[in-house]
Amino acid sequence: MMQSKSTEITVGMFVAAGIAALFILAMKVSNLAEFNDETGYQVTAEFENIGGLKVRSPVTMAGVRVGRVADINLSSETYNAVVTLNLYGNFDVIPTDTAASIYTAGLLGEQYIGLEAGAEEEFLQNGDVIDLTQPALVLEQVIGQFLFSKAEGDE
Amino acid sequence: MIDTIRSLGRWGLSSFERLGRGHLFLIRIVAGIPELFLRFSLVVHQLFSVGVLSVFLILISGLFVGMVLGLQGYNTLVDFGAEESLGVLVSLSLVRELGPVVSALLFAGRAGSALTAEIGLMKSTEQLSGMEMMAVDPIRRVIAPRFLAGLISMPLLAALFSAVGIFGGFLVGHGLLGVDDGAFWSQMQVKTDWYDDVLNGIIKSIVFGFVVTWIALFEGYDATPTSEGVGRATTRTVVHSAFAILGLDFVLTALMFGEE
Repeated sequence: MMQSKSTEITVGMFVAAGIAALFILAMKVSNLAEFNDETGYQVTAEFENIGGLKVRSPVTMAGVRVGRVADINLSSETYNAVVTLNLYGNFDVIPTDTAASIYTAGLLGEQYIGLEAGAEEEFLQNGDVIDLTQPALVLEQVIGQFLFSKAEGDE
Repeated sequence: MIDTIRSLGRWGLSSFERLGRGHLFLIRIVAGIPELFLRFSLVVHQLFSVGVLSVFLILISGLFVGMVLGLQGYNTLVDFGAEESLGVLVSLSLVRELGPVVSALLFAGRAGSALTAEIGLMKSTEQLSGMEMMAVDPIRRVIAPRFLAGLISMPLLAALFSAVGIFGGFLVGHGLLGVDDGAFWSQMQVKTDWYDDVLNGIIKSIVFGFVVTWIALFEGYDATPTSEGVGRATTRTVVHSAFAILGLDFVLTALMFGEE
């Protein structure tokens, strides 16, 4: 009887340790904790070109992460990219005339959306659209333009 | 000439027969699982010998695998000035691949071989036929609890392996090499997804646990009842489990992470 009791205790500890490891993987290693934010709201923005932006890319304001890209779609009317942003609920005082631009973190880093606050008194609500957008900088186009203007300048 | 073809045919037939017996065996095990919940103490005892006794091996191996990943990853990443991504590298490679695969290989060597030897010896000492004489179904009494215990232990062991490995990578990365700990954890959290990465890794480990325990139990149950036969069956368990784990890992990875 003693034997079986200590067996049961060690098995219980094993299962508890395994579940604790899963919990650590969920909370400390992965981004599960973020999904629990119920108070978040969604806004959309239309870009001419999103470059290498992906779903789950960060959305920042003054360098602080205020949300994530939830969805990327192509508009069938304007042929622009329609990006849905998921903004966290505690950043709910973002003016309606905020501008969204696509930047690159570092020279070769991933792309993210940067928001610059406007001066409007009203704040973005769920379902609103950000009108002021600036497309991603495509490196090949920039180099092409630079070479073109250089060649023109030489003549 | 005819003899060669005949022996080839015999080999083919016997392998198919074995495969068929293996699947019938599996069906009988699965049919015996529901009533185990009425007598869960049988499973608890097997959880001890299959799971708890493997924990130490898994923890030590996980720690060292994580530490090596930290060292090697740092040496590569520092050339690009991206050593802050060390956390991402360690966590993704452990959670997606190394955690499930290496812990399953260790599990096959530690617990799978022991299961085969145990069942094989029970068979050769006629304990299994003795049970049948007493109208006790050995599959329900002996095999099914071990199968369920393997199925439960494997994902827990893989999760322990990954968690300890990430901690080992952190020890080396932050303690030894001086990577900033805030960047280590925050980049890891940004890039590691609960559903796409962690949950898929757990699904992998459940599949591996299923296959390894099945192979181990079947090899033991189907072993030639001699000491040599049991020895061969134990070897086959480890070899076949390793093939099955690595082959299935490729298939599962292609299914889970193939489309991007």
